[in-house]
Amino acid sequence: MKTFFAFIQKEFRHVLRDKRSLVILFGLPVVMMILFGFALSSEVKNSNVAILDYAQDDASRLLIDRIDQSQYFSVHQKLHSEAEIEQVFRKGQVRLVVIFPQNFQQDLLHSNHVQVRLVGDASDPNTSNIVINYASSIFRDYQNELSNNKKLPYSIETETRMLYNPQLKSSYNFVPGVMTLILMLLGAMMTSVSIVKEKEMGTMEILLVSPMRPLLVVLSKAIPYMVLCFIDVAIILLLAVFLLEMPIRGSLFLLLAESLLFILTTLSLGLLVSSVVDSQQTAMFFSLVGFLMPALVFSGFMFPIENMPLPLRIMSNIVPTKWYYSIVRAIMVKGLGFSYVIKQTLILVGMTVFFLGIAIRKFKIRLA
Amino acid sequence: MATVHVENIKKTYDKGSVLALDNVSFDVKSGELFGLIGPDGAGKTSLFRILTTLLLPDGGHAQVAGLDVVNDLWKIRRIVGYMPGKFSLYQDLSIEENLQFFATVFNTTVEKNYHLIEDIYVQIEPFKKRLAGKLSGGMKQKLALCCALIHEPKVLFLDEPTTGVDPVSRKEFWDMLDRLKTRGITIVVSTPYMDEASRCDRIALIQKGKILELDTLTKIIGRHAQNLYAVNADNRYQLMHDLRKPAEIESSFAFGEEQHVTLRTPENGENYLIDYLTQTGHSDITVRKIDPTIEDVFIKLMLENQ
Repeated sequence: MKTFFAFIQKEFRHVLRDKRSLVILFGLPVVMMILFGFALSSEVKNSNVAILDYAQDDASRLLIDRIDQSQYFSVHQKLHSEAEIEQVFRKGQVRLVVIFPQNFQQDLLHSNHVQVRLVGDASDPNTSNIVINYASSIFRDYQNELSNNKKLPYSIETETRMLYNPQLKSSYNFVPGVMTLILMLLGAMMTSVSIVKEKEMGTMEILLVSPMRPLLVVLSKAIPYMVLCFIDVAIILLLAVFLLEMPIRGSLFLLLAESLLFILTTLSLGLLVSSVVDSQQTAMFFSLVGFLMPALVFSGFMFPIENMPLPLRIMSNIVPTKWYYSIVRAIMVKGLGFSYVIKQTLILVGMTVFFLGIAIRKFKIRLA
Repeated sequence: MATVHVENIKKTYDKGSVLALDNVSFDVKSGELFGLIGPDGAGKTSLFRILTTLLLPDGGHAQVAGLDVVNDLWKIRRIVGYMPGKFSLYQDLSIEENLQFFATVFNTTVEKNYHLIEDIYVQIEPFKKRLAGKLSGGMKQKLALCCALIHEPKVLFLDEPTTGVDPVSRKEFWDMLDRLKTRGITIVVSTPYMDEASRCDRIALIQKGKILELDTLTKIIGRHAQNLYAVNADNRYQLMHDLRKPAEIESSFAFGEEQHVTLRTPENGENYLIDYLTQTGHSDITVRKIDPTIEDVFIKLMLENQ
């Protein structure tokens, strides 16, 4: 037991004396939270719009005003011919061009039907989709105002309610995502690098020629990183709650317990890597390509898994981040209890036991 | 009773293509200071790693303190002290922290075994707060020795402890080993420096995985008593070249500022060499009959084995 504590103390000294690992351990989560929270927003605001107004009547002017006043758009310039449309898009000055036909108001009021053309720049498909949607809703609103005066023969009104995240804040999506990524990165990479470092520096040679059992060596390497990763979870949650004003709807205790489980999963992955590779560089490469990439792609945080082809969807099941991500969302965003995350929890437990088992079996009690 | 018993140990690397140890056998007596002397790549480190249970031999048997290096691995790991050739302590921990850590790893405390390391530790104690990575070569070796000694090992394995250390520190280091010997610790030490052979009770000359000679230094030198001459002349390059030609000359090799030459017939060697060199047009010729050193013996054995 004393050996164990000496080991943990030693490991903390390594981390605290290495500025680089300190920055990675505590700087990375903070930077990622702030970046995702403030800089990288999926909302599209203040898009430039060009207007081609053949009508020049009251109705078109009113709509142009509304577009300009909306927080999503600002009218950048007025065009005078179709030929200019291509030009402004080429210059990349605008994201959207709105074209009002001749006799816009007259047709609208008398023939009850008129077409407005929206031209978007689909070289960035996501943004142009969002922009077109915003613009369409401005026209829809106007149409509703007009039709309120009359009684339409048939009408379906949709009333939308966004559950769990009524304001559609992106933090609800990325906080669980950042937690997943950070833990995966730190847990797997830092642990594997720290063990492989002992091999590279030759200290493993002395540790091997000592009465310390492999299990103890492995565990005493893993526990300090468990503590450090747990501190990271706390940092992320504090930032989420106090800086980004994201509530934790479910039980905090459950969330922390599940995080601890996931940390164990990533640590056992790290141990597994370290028992197979021999240099810090390979360990780092392994962790980045083997763990971070799949974590990014298959957690459902950046790309919806439902949209992937079947083979990739099946593959996503073996990526532990997917399960943890869904647990965190269930607890933090939906406020669900343990009974809703039993399946994911059991899968993570299974993976941890599996990885740890192999890591311990593969741990070399000799040099070669 | 031999403390270290090595019998026909064989070790190959890369699926048998590289032969590191070729049927090596020797015994180290209890309380002995035993030196393995040979150039880089001779197989010294492989042998150390087998004896400290870090590597499995491909053939043969070895015992340390009566324990088998393959089967009694955990018992051996408790009783040996090992200092690898490469400095292998934690560079980002201080002297004090390294020592304490290794004491704990071996389930003991610095206080309990302080008497063992006191002589050595007092020399580095003034710097005990300094990080190990910032120490000089000599101080690093002293710290590594302290760490290898802290659990009172029965057998101490030191792999090239003086490589890269200045001559004064090297001498101090050997003085320390002498003192440890008086405490009854069996020490097996390897070195590429021939001049350190005289500090060992017995030495084994090792080359390409084979033991060439094994005995006390004086006996080995005595066994290879030869007619050795130190030769010099003003044109050194031409001298080296010419000394290789005659059948009468058994061997000729560069040794510092001079050529060391052995002859097949012992009589009148000096005259023969002077005559021969004058005929081939050398000037400033000096020829002295000298006693061979361990280095001469080693080079001779090496040439014989090629």
